[in-house]
Parts: sequence; C-alpha cells; structure tokens
Amino acid sequence: MSLPRRFGQTVRELRQLKGEPFLAAAIAGIFALLCLFILYPLARVLTVSVFPDGALSLRLYREFLGSWFIRQALWNSLLIGCLTALGGTAVGFLFAFTLTRTDIPGKRILALAAILPIISPPFVSALSIILLFGNNGLITRQLLGFQDVALYGFRGLLVAQIFTFFPVAYLTLRGILESLGGTLEDAATNLGATRWKTFRRVTFPLCLPGIASALLVLFIESIADFGNPLILGGSGFPILSVQVYLQVTGMYDLPGGAALAVILLVPSVITFLVQRYWVARKRYVTVTGKPTRAVIRAVSPGMRRLLFGACVAVALFVLLFYATILVGAFSRAWGVDHRPTLRNFGYVFSVGAQAIVDTLIIAVTSSPLAGLLGMAIAFLVTRRRFPGRRVMEFVSILNFAVPGTVIGIGYILAFNQRPLLLTGTAVILIANFLFRYIPVGIQSGVAGLRQIDPAIEEAATNLGASTQTAFRRITLPLLVPAFFSGLVFSFVRAMTAISAAIFLVSADWSLMTVQILSQTEAGRLGAAAAFSVILILIILLAISVIRLILGQLFEYHYEATFG
Amino acid sequence: MSVVLEDVRKVFADPERPERTVVAVDGVSLEIREGELVTFLGPSGCGKTTALRVIAGFETPTSGRVLIGGQDVSHLPPHTRNTAMVFQSYAIFPHLSVAENVAFGLQMRSVPKRDISTRVRDILDLVELSGLEHRAPEQLSGGQQQRVALARAIITEPRVLLFDEPLSNLDAKLREQMRGEVRSLQRRLGITSVYVTHDQTEAMALSDRIVVMQAGRVQQEGTPFEIYARPANRFVADFIGRVNFLEGRVVAAEGKLTRLDVRGVSLEVPSPAAPLSPGHPATLVVRPETIHLAPTAAAETAAFRGTIRRAVYLGSTIEYEIEWGKTTILAVIGSPLEHGILAEGAAVAFSFPPGTTHLLPGAV
Repeated sequence: MSLPRRFGQTVRELRQLKGEPFLAAAIAGIFALLCLFILYPLARVLTVSVFPDGALSLRLYREFLGSWFIRQALWNSLLIGCLTALGGTAVGFLFAFTLTRTDIPGKRILALAAILPIISPPFVSALSIILLFGNNGLITRQLLGFQDVALYGFRGLLVAQIFTFFPVAYLTLRGILESLGGTLEDAATNLGATRWKTFRRVTFPLCLPGIASALLVLFIESIADFGNPLILGGSGFPILSVQVYLQVTGMYDLPGGAALAVILLVPSVITFLVQRYWVARKRYVTVTGKPTRAVIRAVSPGMRRLLFGACVAVALFVLLFYATILVGAFSRAWGVDHRPTLRNFGYVFSVGAQAIVDTLIIAVTSSPLAGLLGMAIAFLVTRRRFPGRRVMEFVSILNFAVPGTVIGIGYILAFNQRPLLLTGTAVILIANFLFRYIPVGIQSGVAGLRQIDPAIEEAATNLGASTQTAFRRITLPLLVPAFFSGLVFSFVRAMTAISAAIFLVSADWSLMTVQILSQTEAGRLGAAAAFSVILILIILLAISVIRLILGQLFEYHYEATFG
Repeated sequence: MSVVLEDVRKVFADPERPERTVVAVDGVSLEIREGELVTFLGPSGCGKTTALRVIAGFETPTSGRVLIGGQDVSHLPPHTRNTAMVFQSYAIFPHLSVAENVAFGLQMRSVPKRDISTRVRDILDLVELSGLEHRAPEQLSGGQQQRVALARAIITEPRVLLFDEPLSNLDAKLREQMRGEVRSLQRRLGITSVYVTHDQTEAMALSDRIVVMQAGRVQQEGTPFEIYARPANRFVADFIGRVNFLEGRVVAAEGKLTRLDVRGVSLEVPSPAAPLSPGHPATLVVRPETIHLAPTAAAETAAFRGTIRRAVYLGSTIEYEIEWGKTTILAVIGSPLEHGILAEGAAVAFSFPPGTTHLLPGAV
C-alpha cells in the first residue's frame, strides 16, 4: 500500500477509536505493558553488552567470539538444537501419524504418554537419565555392571532433549493430520494410489509445512533450554545457554552475560522469523469446522504392527522415566539402598515448604492474567483494526523466540533500580511468567477465534454491545476451550520453568524448579525426585481444578443471564 | 429513517498481496426512503455486501458519507448506530438460549428486566417461536434459526434493518415461504430496510426498489418492473432474467417509436429514453417468454425463421433453443399441455410483440 493511503487508513482507524474510549485505552495500556516488559528488557541487554566500559565498544563480542571455548559452546548448542529438532520431530510425527491414521489399541494411553513430558519440569528427563544410566544408574551400574559411563555430554543430553521436546512436535503434527481429514487420502486411493503412494504423494507433502514448523520450533526450544544442559552437559560439552548463566552467577559479569545472551538470541530470532513469516504461511490446512473422519486403514497390517511397536517403545521409555522419578522419591539412597521411605518428602517439606508456597502463589497469580491478556490480545489483533496492530501482534509473541536466560538477564538489568525496582520481589517473577507465556495463549486464542464466525461478534456489536461487552458476553464464553488451554499452559510453565526464573529468585521468593536443580547439583537426587513428584501432582490437580472452575463459571453464567 | 449514501468508496488492501488494493465499492450514491425495502442485487464480488457493512458500520468508507435519518454516521462505531442486521450465517450466539439471543439487544440498551421478558414473549409470538424460549440454538431447524435471527434484529426497533443474504442457507421451499414472511413483517413494522442478495427472484419478490450492482458501481436502480422491462444496459438485461439480444441498425427515430433494421427485417419498437440517431448500431432486448412460435408451414411469410436445436420440457413451461443463422434464440413457451410440443430439428417461425422489447445503444 502506498504511504498516503496507509496514512489515510490510520486516520480513519483513529477516528473510529474515538467512539470507543475503553477500546482505545485498552490498546494503549497493552502497548505500554508490552514495551515495558518485553522490549525494554531486551533493549537493556543490547545496550549493556555494547557499553561494557561506559563507551560504545564491541570488545565483549570480539573477546567471546575469539574464545575457543565459547565458539565450541555455540557450536554445541546449534548441533544439539538441530539434532533435537530432527529426532523430536521424527518421534512426534510417528506418534501423530500412528494415533490419527491407524486403529491400534491403547490410543488413549499412548496419547497421554506423548504429552506427559510437557507437564513436568524440563529437566525431569535429565534427572531420570542420571538415575537410570548415570555412574550410579540402575541400568548401567546395577544391571550391566558398568563402572564408568560416558553419559554426561553429547549423547545423554541429546536423548534428554528429544524426550523433553518431542511432545511439542507431536501436538503440532497431530493437529495438522486431524484437520487434513481423510477426504484427500480417500480421493488418492480412489484414483488408484496404493497406501504407500498415498502417504508419499499426498499425506506427507501436506504435512511438510507442519513438519518444517515443528523442526524450527523444536530448534528454538532446544537451544534456549537450560535445565537439561546444566545437569547433563558437563564441562566437557559446554552449551551456550549454560555459559550465559555461569557468566552472570559464577563470574558476576553482567555485561559479559548480556553479550553472550545476544549471541544466543541471534539464531533463535532468525529461526523464529523464518518459522513465522515463511513456513507458517505455507500451510494448506483450512479450518472448515466440519469434523471429518480420519482414515483408519492408511497402512498395511505389517506397517501397523511396526508403528505400534515403535510408539509403545517410546511410551514405555517415557513411563520408565516417570516411574524412576517416583521410585527415586521413595528410595533411601538411589543406587545403594532402594528400601521405601518418606524421608525425602520429609526433607522437602522442611527445607522446601516455602518454595512450594511461593511457586503456587506466583503461578496462581500469573496464569489467569496471562490467559486473559492472551485472549484480549488475540481478540484485538484478529478482530479489531487499529494503528500498530501488526506491531502489537509481533511484540506480544516475540518472547517465544527469546531464550529464557536472555529474558532473565534483561529483567535483572531493567528492573534493578528506582523507579522500576522490582528485583527480589514476587512482581518480577509474575511479570516474567506473564509475558513469557502469553504467546501460547495468544496462539490458542487466535486459533479459537478462527473457529468463531466473525458475524457472531458483529451481531453483538450490531445489537448495541460495545467492544468490551461483546468480548465479555460473547467472545470470551465461546473461547473457553482456548482460554482453558492457554491457562493450563501458562500455569504449567509457571510451575516448571527455570531458565529465566533462576536469575530472578531471591531469598524472599524462591521456586520449586530452582530447588530441584540445586538439589540435583548437590547430589541429593532423592530430594530432587521428591520435589518433582510433588510438582507433577500439583500440576495434575491444578488442571482438574481449572477445568472445574471454568465449567462452573460459564455454565452458571449461561443460566444466570436469563430466567 | 432514510438512509443516504453519498459517493461512498471502499478500498481494501488485497489480503494476499498487501501492496495491491481492491476497490469494493466505487462511488455509490443513493437514497433509501423511510419505510422502503431496497435490495442490493448483483453477482458475488460486486460490492453489495460491503455497501451493507458500510451502513452497519463494520467498514468505514474510504471516502464519502453515510447518513441515517439525516445524521452523518460515517465514523460512528457499529454499536451506536441502531441498525439491526440479519446475517447470512444467522450469527446466533451458540452459548445462549433462544430467549437470551433475542433479549441481547434489549439488555445492551439497559431495558428493565420485566419489559425485556414481555417484549421477548411478544416478538417470539410474532415470529411463531413461542414455546421454544429455552431451546439451545443447535436444537433448532434452519428455518427456526432464521426466525430467531429475525426476532433478535427487530426487537430493538432499529432505525434500519439490514439483511445480508439471509435466506441463502435455506432450501428452496422454505426460502419462498420465509421470503413472504420477511416482506409482510417489514411492511407491518414499516422499518426502512436494505436487503442484499444475488438471487434475482428474491429481489423481484421482495423489493420496493432494486439497486443492481456490478464491479462496485450502481448499474441501475428502479422498481422490479423497470429493471426487468427497461434494463439500463446489457449487464442488467443479462443478469435479471433471461434474454435474447438481437443486433440491428437504427433506420429512423420517430418520437415514441424507433424504426430498426434487424437482418433485413424492419421493426418498429419503443424508443429508449435517450433517442438514437439513424445509422447507429443498436441491440434489441427480447425476453424469451414474449416469443411466439409457429410451424413454418403455417407461416410461409414469417419474418424470422429458424430450426429447433433443443427442446427442454420443464412441466409448466417448455424451453426451445432455436438456431437462427449464427445466433441461438431462446424461447420459453408456457403451458405445453395446451400448446403441444415441437420436435427438435423442426423448422419454425418466431415472432414477438414489438411493444415488449427494449432498445439499447451499441452492438452486442
């Protein structure tokens, strides 16, 4: 569009906003929050890294990129990122395809196993791998009698990363395979294609954009991840996100940490831009709202058995990890004395009770706010026209591409002096979770809104409802499923995240994840396992409570409005 | 309330290629008088729905003004305009009951609760939905959902009623029935109404006046009779009903009558509003149902003669495609039981009363 025309459109949009002061205020308020809690911390990271001694200088970057060790860390991060993306997407596709295109038994349990890693702290896999395959590991030491296991480093980390992140690929690809329905595949078969040809020429090509998307998302998540590399990386296999943390907490070098953070940020943001503006546009899937029955006989009986076997193997591995944590939590000393005990839990409640309460307070505060803000932004950017709409959309999901460590450093730098003195308070943790995890809320909100005919909201405005009334009375109740998943996601992440939070905890406000990590580092694996068990139980409980509350709230609401 | 559009333009950015633009409404000016039902009729993409949405306030005009009851509403947000719309998809709130849906507009206007329930009851009576107050929308049939949408719109006593192809999701029989109900309800309530449709039969049956649109512009506005009998151009003639175009040359214009030469046959037809000068090419609009057929044996001296290439029997009518030189002439003959059926391949003579034709300037 030409500049004058764009200007004319802006003026028209502003004129219409004048009639809706609440909407205008909401837009302005959201912009202010996004600037303060997303852009400003990032800007601080950048400026601090290029003004190490008060004057503009690229000294830090020269030093770091000249360092063999940091180059190795960067290379390792990228390598693990790529391989995690490949492996995780492959496993995710295996599950998604098998569960949507075959009639194997036990689908529900397999589906559960495929999403279980999402609801637990990202380093549960690392912890289990140590318990199973470490120097004192159940399998390596007890069963196989190995003395020295080369677990730490590349191999152990890659396995942990794949198990941690394949569920993300699974969910993406499952959604795509489900919405493809079966009609196209039926058509291919009808035109004489064999099962294999149908898969190779129709199903797989149609999934390619989703596969590309899953690859990129897994890459971003993997290079940003912090917990698994910290536990499993070891000094022989440096990982950049861990180096950022060590630079700040080990050497008290904030500018250096900031510079490393920027180096880590570059591949993430590039990948994110590719994913969002190139791959995401290529999707073939259109949501018609018509449920189509998926094809059940897409594979030969032999292939079906093979897929089933592979899925069961992965699922068993996942379940083994969780069983290990459970057993570890109730064992006297892992690898030495497996008699059951409650000692670990006693220890956790004596030293960690405060962390449990703090975590709950922060998660319970931040997740409803994140859910609501996510729905509000999703609504504004998809259903309203105002100047800066695209900017709002971009900034609000930008944090998805920013590794947690970068955000953590940004928050320390941005909020450590008056008038924005937030370090050491609960507010900084809440704000961090709120703005880090709205992208998922926004995405599920946008997806939910696509299913709702815009005419329904137009009908409400047409009948005299202002934007905020239409949102509250019509859109939000219809978005309850999307709101639910946004809420659950941000709650789970607030309970399980560590990479940014580890910079922001203080004597007054600590988090369970940070406790689990320090117990693991101190070698108290039983206590770490007990903490993890409690964490997972809280999450499962919370999900049911959230579902109950939302059901009650809106069910009640339906009846209360009339008669 | 009257509705006035003054040189309204609406330009969109092409969603696929933002650097390009699409002109949806291209300088539309018209006046809809108090209590009138006016239809915007045209093929899809002609700008009729955009024009309707500009009146509702869902789109702001790129330039031009919208006046409702003399007040400039061009930049008022939709919820303050008091224009009730019946949507193509009905847009019934799926999480609210029938009564809640209908009450919604009154709640937005802070009408006291007691009045709301009385008015909801009355209006549901009016649209014959009494007893279904507490049903969920998905438990209703298509026709019932349509009535809910209608009730929800009229209960607020809007200044203008807007219809966006409201009947296009109903089956043919129900569509005809609802068409009648919409028309009688609108007459009874006397609400100024704008009705968008691509179905010309619907437009003919419903409208006080029809506005035919194409490519964002108004092609013609007039009563159903004017639009059909005296189309302003080839597009309107072709879009409304079916038509034969006969090419000719003006021989002489004599006041109310114009003498025309069509392939050597001389005809005297009614002159158009803007007279045509002799020597110019012209096109004669001949509606298929005005054509009479006779076996050639019976009319050796007939002016127009051709061969029947196809006969399609439709029960109440029969349609013939007649090869006439390089042109195919369509003739629709009523009551074949009475007039009999001519065989394909038969030679026929055809004629039409010159008074039923309409003359357009220019060649085909």
